Amino acid sequence: MGTALDIKVKRANKVYHAGPIQIINSTIEMVKPGKFPSGRTEIPFEFPLHVKGNRVLYETYHGVFVNIQYTLRCDMRRSLLAKDLTKTCEFIVHSAPQKRKLTPSPVAFTVTPETLQNVKERALLPKFLIRGHLNSTNCVITQPLTGELVVESSEAAIKSIELQLVRVETCGCAEGYARDATEIQNIQIADGDVCRGLSVPIYMVFPRLFTCPTLETTNFKVEFEVNIVVLLHPEHLITENFPLKLCRM
Amino acid sequence: MAVFPWHSRNRNYKAEFVSCRLEAVPLEFGDYHPLKPITVTESKTKKVSRKGSTSSTSSSSSSSVVDPLSSVLDGTDPLSMFAASADPAALAATTDNSRKKRDRDDNSIVGSDFEPWASKRGEILARYTTTEKLSINLFMGSEKGKAGTAISAMSEKVRTRLEELDDFEEGSQKELLNLTQQDYVNRIEELNQSLKDAWASDQKVKALKIVIQCSKLLSDTSVIQFYPSKFVLITDILDTFGKLVYERIFSMCMDNHSILPDHFSPENVNDTAKETCLNWFFKIASIRELIPRFYVEASILKCNKFLSKTGISECLPRLTCMVRGIGDPLVSVYARAYLCRVGMEVAPHLKESLNKNFFDFLLTFKQIHGDTVQNQLVLQGVELPSYLPLYSPAMDWIFQCISYHAPEALLTEMMERCKKLANNALLLNSVMSAFRAEFIATRSMDFIGMIKECDESGFPKHLLFRSLGLNLALANPPESDRLQILNEAWKVITKLKNPQDYINCAEVWVEYTCKHFTKREVNTVLADVIKHMTPDRAFEDSYPQLQSIIKKVIAHFHDFSVLFSVEKFLPFLDMFQKESVRVEVCKCIMEVFIKHQQEPTKDPVILNALLHICKTMHDSVNALTLEDEKRMLAYLINGFIKMVSFGRDFEQQLSFYVEARSMFCNLEPVLVQLIHSVNRLAMETRKVMKGNHSRKTAAFVRACVAYCFITIPSLVGIFTRLNLYLHSGQVALANQCLSQADAFFKAAISLVPEVPKMINIDGKMRPSESFLLEFLCNFFSTLLIVPDHPEHGVLFLVRELLNVIQDYTWEDNSDEKIRIYTCVLHLLSAMSQETYLYHVDKVDSNDSLYGGDSKFLAENNKLCETVMAQILEHLKTLAKDEALKRQSSLGLSFFNSILAHGDLRSNRLNQLSVNLWHLAQRHGCADTRTMVKTLEYIKKRSKHPDMGHLTELALRLPLQTRT
Repeated sequence: MGTALDIKVKRANKVYHAGPIQIINSTIEMVKPGKFPSGRTEIPFEFPLHVKGNRVLYETYHGVFVNIQYTLRCDMRRSLLAKDLTKTCEFIVHSAPQKRKLTPSPVAFTVTPETLQNVKERALLPKFLIRGHLNSTNCVITQPLTGELVVESSEAAIKSIELQLVRVETCGCAEGYARDATEIQNIQIADGDVCRGLSVPIYMVFPRLFTCPTLETTNFKVEFEVNIVVLLHPEHLITENFPLKLCRM
Repeated sequence: MAVFPWHSRNRNYKAEFVSCRLEAVPLEFGDYHPLKPITVTESKTKKVSRKGSTSSTSSSSSSSVVDPLSSVLDGTDPLSMFAASADPAALAATTDNSRKKRDRDDNSIVGSDFEPWASKRGEILARYTTTEKLSINLFMGSEKGKAGTAISAMSEKVRTRLEELDDFEEGSQKELLNLTQQDYVNRIEELNQSLKDAWASDQKVKALKIVIQCSKLLSDTSVIQFYPSKFVLITDILDTFGKLVYERIFSMCMDNHSILPDHFSPENVNDTAKETCLNWFFKIASIRELIPRFYVEASILKCNKFLSKTGISECLPRLTCMVRGIGDPLVSVYARAYLCRVGMEVAPHLKESLNKNFFDFLLTFKQIHGDTVQNQLVLQGVELPSYLPLYSPAMDWIFQCISYHAPEALLTEMMERCKKLANNALLLNSVMSAFRAEFIATRSMDFIGMIKECDESGFPKHLLFRSLGLNLALANPPESDRLQILNEAWKVITKLKNPQDYINCAEVWVEYTCKHFTKREVNTVLADVIKHMTPDRAFEDSYPQLQSIIKKVIAHFHDFSVLFSVEKFLPFLDMFQKESVRVEVCKCIMEVFIKHQQEPTKDPVILNALLHICKTMHDSVNALTLEDEKRMLAYLINGFIKMVSFGRDFEQQLSFYVEARSMFCNLEPVLVQLIHSVNRLAMETRKVMKGNHSRKTAAFVRACVAYCFITIPSLVGIFTRLNLYLHSGQVALANQCLSQADAFFKAAISLVPEVPKMINIDGKMRPSESFLLEFLCNFFSTLLIVPDHPEHGVLFLVRELLNVIQDYTWEDNSDEKIRIYTCVLHLLSAMSQETYLYHVDKVDSNDSLYGGDSKFLAENNKLCETVMAQILEHLKTLAKDEALKRQSSLGLSFFNSILAHGDLRSNRLNQLSVNLWHLAQRHGCADTRTMVKTLEYIKKRSKHPDMGHLTELALRLPLQTRT
């Protein structure tokens, strides 16, 4: 009555319209064929995650087009008369923090009607001057995005100022490449007609489930951007875009 | 059955008294005596010299007895010492280090001198009300509607998650419109309850959703007059939530059943708890809208303690900055108030954030007068003078937090900053509301100057003067400024046109006036109030304030002759035209009178005024008046009656009582008091005349007696009447009014049959027998000395009473009647003595009337025999199983009576007592110890001269042995 247990590790890498790419697959035998004693049996195991060839072990990530997933499967082979048993579960991989020091990359910005692109009739826009800065566009994923924003002047009353975190997935394939942007978080930092000349903090915590370090591979990219969105009375919407680079430290 | 003859023992009361009296021992100086006055002065030195001794040893032995109460006060209170050391967990947790730090930094403890938020709540809710319709929008509709801005390809997962956050209960997410204020309050209370329910049923996500929805309501400024109250209601929910989350995580920290101490450090927190805590913060950080995100995070500020030591000190400044994003200045100032509130509770030592809130607020202050706000006010139809006070609760709170134990320099700086801003009346008001009264009082003239300069169209000036007045009620301005302050302030106050504004202000300033000035100024102020409040019956809307004025005035004028000489005082009282309020005010005045009037008075001004006041109280009593209320009113009126004295003018005094009786006839306790007072008056008269009444005083005393005699029947309480008849009879007897005394006693006797079996005592029905027994025993003691009436038979009162007792329907299974008969036996024994135990001065009792006449004694003994026969008859009926115990104890008690009062040399009596002794022991019901003691007593007595016959008796009394 030989029963064997083995464990498979595989990495499913779904690319747009392409099948999953396996980057890892290792199997170990946990128990030699034999019989378990009655009662509960716990079998400790461990194995290193070695990737196939020159591929990279990416962080677990669930996106719209890109999914990086690690699963653990346990099979129990049983005698002819009994069915084999199988159990699968996902486990999360976080890459080891990078050793190098993050170089902060502060960005200052000024928004006026003149700095805007895609404006149909610039003359209809109310006058305003919004200044501010992000403390760094190179961000540690566990640390909040920070900065400051000052409405120096605005003819129109301000309705709301929001931070919009956008994720951009790009997949290369035979027909070229597909690019898709998703809002993954929207945080309001000002509500109503804020005081002129008084700095409003920019502060956003990266959501744990929907962010990962910025990823660039030959097949696909996962990138992040933040939009500062200012809504003016009655119906003006001003957006300022900043690409971010996320990493784990 | 055989009739036992009774032989009373002859008593020599004098000899007995001498032999029984305790010897008086003179007390040496320094000897311990529990009633000696306690000397506290030496306790301090005593304490030092006897360090370590317990207070019980120091309170005995020596001349300087340590007052146990004061010894508690010097820091060695055993309870607080116990509390400090009894909590080992707390001790373990607070490392020495942190404790030292806490001791050094007393900022971290908010003392009882900090007025807590809880005490502000009610005031705000009562003050900021609206009659407009309100709405609750519990639907994150705006989110979905506004979504157009973004790229909308959310993953399914994200979408469902967000939707989950949006609607926390299917179908309930609707806008509730047209709510009255009360509906709104109820709704919020329902939400508070559903939050608790959701939490209790482990629906944490739902709970969070409720809290988010609720805090979103705070961004809505429609019906702006209600905003402060809305803030109070909703932050209650936030407080609940904060507490729930904290307690939940705290409970997760319990490892191996050991509870985390109150002052734990993050290292003591296990990973699961930390992870849960972190999850809450992540969830909250992703709340889209600013205001709910701010409030919810602030509500769980305390949870930062689980994550890191510096968590709170990092979080507070960030949240403070975050408020800058709130555009509406009113919403923003309330957000700051909430932050300060949470901050004061969680980390009162972090003053920096409090201060930053204040200075940030000053930076945005100009917004209040900006266009956006003005437009909104026009839209809602709210005027600036009613808009600006909406800020006060929040600002007062922020100012109060900052100024708490703040150095003078900071206060001065804050004040200077406020002064520099334009339209600063609002700020001034909060400075006056929140800063230390002393700080304000010393600068009163400055403030008056600043208030005068304020713009008329802005923050209402009467509120400013009110705030100033409140400070001056608490702290004193410099002596030299006082009159000028009053004049300047009143100049403005008296010009206020709206009676409500006026009275709110005047009410406060009355305190200051009473405190520092004489009755002349107070009179002027009262006159001014009357002048303002009388037109159009404005007083009807201001009873609470007017009442408060009265309270303040009487609190400062304890001398009622001065008080009533304030001309406008009584006219002021006339403004209280609603009866309930008027009675309330009268009660206040009487309370103060009773508390402070030291000497009895006959001042006609006081008497007239107070009689009028008491009459007002009395006349408010009707069929619906509660018992408690009646008791209270009667207590107050009695207090007054006791304080009235015309000195030696007794007739005047009596006529006062006559007048009072006619005035207060509806309050029984007052009539009782009057009867007592009149009785006392009669006794006073007797004392003055040293017992020898003249014709005039005799007539006066008879008038007093008559007063009582005709007043008592109007009372309801049966025992009240009985006792008063007895008492008044005694007084009559003492004043040699023999026939009047007889009348009282006869009245009492004829009243006994009316005593119901059950009487109402404090609302409960109780059997009356024990009360009747008590009264009758008392009565017997008096009957001993009442002389027989020459026209009636021997002992006619006792006989009549015995008949009444005989006919009274006693409770079945009760021995009370027999107990009473035993007492009668005692009375009759005492009556057969040659000289009675006590006498009334100048009244010949039966002992001297009959002089031991044998006929009298025979009558007496005959009565005794009848009574004894009754007792024995009753004992016989008790020979049933269930009554054996009663038989035993009654038998023993009868035995004791014979022993005490009977002459045991009589064979029959001797035999009877032996029989009773056996009866008591027969069924094993007797208490052996009592029997042993009794026997010992008999043996002891037998040693006395003339008591030799007891030796033989003792031999005939066997003790039952228990086997």
